[in-house]
Amino acid sequence: MLKQRPYVIEFLTAAGLVVAPFVLPWLGFAPNTVNRILVWGLFGLGFDILFGFTGLLSFGQSAFYGTGGFVAAYLLTRAGFPYVVLALVIGMIAAAATGYLIGLIALRRTGIYFAMITVAIAEVFFFVEFNPLSDFTGGENGLPGVPTPSFNLGFTTLHFTTGWSLYQFLALCYFIGVVIALRIVRSPVGAVFSAIRDNPLRATAVGHNIHGYKLTAFVIAAAYAGFAGGLLGVLQAFMPPDAFTFDTSGQLVMQTAIGGRGTLFGPLVGAAVWLSLQDFLQAALGLGAAWKLVLGVVFVLLVCFLRRGIIGGLADLCDLLTGRRDAKEPEESEPEAIAVATEPHAAAAAAPAPARPRPEGSPSGPILQAKGLTKRYGGLLANSDIDFTVNHGELRGIIGPNGAGKSTFFKMLTCEVHPTSGTILFDGRDITGMNVTDVCQLGLTKSYQVNQLFAGLTVRENLVIAALSGLRGKFKLDLFRSIDSIPGLSERVQHTLELVNLTSRPDTPVSELAYGEKRRLEIGLALATSPSLLLLDEPLAGMSPRERVETVKLLKSISQGRTMIIIDHDMDALFELAERVTVLQEGRVLVEGTPEEIKNNSTVQEAYLGGVHGVLAA
Amino acid sequence: MINWPNFVSQLFNGLALGALLALISSGLTIIYGTLGVLNLAHGAMFMIGGYAGYVTYSYTGSFILAVIAGSLFVMALGVAMERIIIRHFYHRPHEDQLLVTFGLGICFVEIVRLIFTSQSQVVPPPALLQGITSLGFLFYPTYRLAVVGIVAVALGGLFLILYRTRLGMIVRAGIEDSVMVDSLGINVYRVFMIVFGIGAMAAGFAGIINAPVVSLTPGVGDDILVETFVVVVIGGVGSFPGAILGGLIAGEIISITSMFNPGYAYVMLFAAMTLVLVLRPHGLLGTQGRE
Repeated sequence: MLKQRPYVIEFLTAAGLVVAPFVLPWLGFAPNTVNRILVWGLFGLGFDILFGFTGLLSFGQSAFYGTGGFVAAYLLTRAGFPYVVLALVIGMIAAAATGYLIGLIALRRTGIYFAMITVAIAEVFFFVEFNPLSDFTGGENGLPGVPTPSFNLGFTTLHFTTGWSLYQFLALCYFIGVVIALRIVRSPVGAVFSAIRDNPLRATAVGHNIHGYKLTAFVIAAAYAGFAGGLLGVLQAFMPPDAFTFDTSGQLVMQTAIGGRGTLFGPLVGAAVWLSLQDFLQAALGLGAAWKLVLGVVFVLLVCFLRRGIIGGLADLCDLLTGRRDAKEPEESEPEAIAVATEPHAAAAAAPAPARPRPEGSPSGPILQAKGLTKRYGGLLANSDIDFTVNHGELRGIIGPNGAGKSTFFKMLTCEVHPTSGTILFDGRDITGMNVTDVCQLGLTKSYQVNQLFAGLTVRENLVIAALSGLRGKFKLDLFRSIDSIPGLSERVQHTLELVNLTSRPDTPVSELAYGEKRRLEIGLALATSPSLLLLDEPLAGMSPRERVETVKLLKSISQGRTMIIIDHDMDALFELAERVTVLQEGRVLVEGTPEEIKNNSTVQEAYLGGVHGVLAA
Repeated sequence: MINWPNFVSQLFNGLALGALLALISSGLTIIYGTLGVLNLAHGAMFMIGGYAGYVTYSYTGSFILAVIAGSLFVMALGVAMERIIIRHFYHRPHEDQLLVTFGLGICFVEIVRLIFTSQSQVVPPPALLQGITSLGFLFYPTYRLAVVGIVAVALGGLFLILYRTRLGMIVRAGIEDSVMVDSLGINVYRVFMIVFGIGAMAAGFAGIINAPVVSLTPGVGDDILVETFVVVVIGGVGSFPGAILGGLIAGEIISITSMFNPGYAYVMLFAAMTLVLVLRPHGLLGTQGRE
């Protein structure tokens, strides 16, 4: 819903902010409530980028809210600094810098560890504010007397004091916040953020330095929090110490979940619901302290039944009413399925195996050399002393009974696991001990035995994420660049879509794909990084016989001008595809040769028929 | 007032606090290890244990009954919570589990606040354990000494359940690989319910045992929850021995730092956690397992 026509959302936001002061009083909103909603909404923009888009749930945002707020308030009160906006910006920078340092620690772990560490951090900041730094922060008294902004325009001076007057200033800040957040979400960095949320493992494997990006999201969230904290002081003319409490972080999390995560406007909606309910329950119903219980129950119910919050629920309702989803999907998918079944694959038909033409002047000699590769898991020897060489342009097959160590071998080649001993040379460079991201950047990647897709995104978005790493490198902070403006991106995505025969369904969410299509997308993800050496771990696994035929054709067409290594149990398919085949057994190379040699090799036959053990027993 | 007896007495305080933290954390950690759910309402469970005990005490005047009632009530609450809500969240993302338990924790705290107000309540220690004991070189409150013993017995009981019973074996196997346990024909979901009950009971038990040491308020669980997180991060998530070690370390850090300046207690605690994260990211006794 964030990817409609350009500037529509920006325009609607601006219009909404302009209209609000004329409409909201009729709905019973006091100007001060609206201003508080805006501050929470701005605070939440950054948090939604962190939680909704990147998938990192932090319970410690109060630390940055308080830091930004107190730095700005200190400058404006105790230090006598006269420029309000500049003080807010300095507060924001201070919060961002703090966020960077804290992020270095908190992001060492993910998931619940991350959540727990952020809780602990927030609590530390609270105590530091109250005790060691109370000379600067006023301790439990806070900092009173924070001035409101005024701008001298030469001919007149604009004062933003309270109520709707201050609203104008806050609305402008919020609008700028929204514009920046939208730019970030639509940038390549934003695409990587959602990749991290959906599948951090694959985001790493397609060549993105996810730690750097997570830290980026964390700092962005801290910066928004810091600026919003400064605004809180301006709004209340007083910087309250409870900005630092765990309750602040908790309220932000709850408001975001109520409004709808991953929507940018969710926190604003959540804050509006929260604050107006609070006023209503306290004032109109006279519930006193029980308001928080009511909100807590509302929150629990929403998390249970409306996962995507109010905005997400409304979007679903819209789809339901217009009947868009139900009506469109089956129509789209059916002709496609027929096409897959009947249409012969053009590229495959043009290139009969096994004589694959090789482009003239392409490099020759070994692209990959593994020497003495050994992997030991405790007492278990998964791979032992494997020597393995693949030349440029070759299509190599690897077979072996279950437990022969094939997947472990692949994991070592892509540096997902590190060998106990031995070396791996890729393109003449020693890659032993490198990480999977760097190896992917060098041009070596694999498709997984079990699908590792970005399940919440569409087919095209999946491929964009993989293609970005090849075009941008593993880490780049092009936060404000539109993803469409990257040269070569759409061509590469389109080309990959054609290669894996998914051109008819680029905008289908991955969760709606058939298994065979997911399998092809899995290969597409690896292809989109444009590897010079592509490893395929059981590309045919779990496919029906018909799908196998299709996929073998597909693999043939992909292999044009590429170096590939394929593991599979389907020997007929592999013998048809590969030029040379390596047989692994019990972690060792049993034999290597052309498909013909392998078929007729007696040790291979024994290995597969269990003859080896029979001989030993006899 | 930094002198030798004071230091030793703080060491004892740290031991008592550490033992309590160890007990609460082991509840949190076995729930997480088995079910994969981090229960953010665990602090509220601790608090409710105290209040359930307080109510029982004010009617019966018996501390023993208060302890039993507090533990059993929280266990029942834990089982109910698992049956009604948590079990629907096993297949949802971690974030949703965190959100729902966080929300439940707030509801629990607010319900208690509604019934008992924010005023603090007092549960006196049993007559037998009132007063102070002379340890030769210093006098120390008897009840706090007893807390160490009581909690040690409780931890021992938990150890026996986890390591010496069939249920414990299933729980430990479930921590390793719950899908495998399920496919062996053991009803994992029933085990989950029991584990949630036991974990909650550990918190509730600690809550009523702690009530005579610190007066009861609805917010008493919040700080404990944060300290528990640090304990679990230091000890390693899902590790029972790690929870005990982490608890003792955290208890001593808080107590000893408080002797110099209470304001720095959390800073030091956090510094210790950071140190562990840098040197041993999976915690002192944790293994590289579930994230």
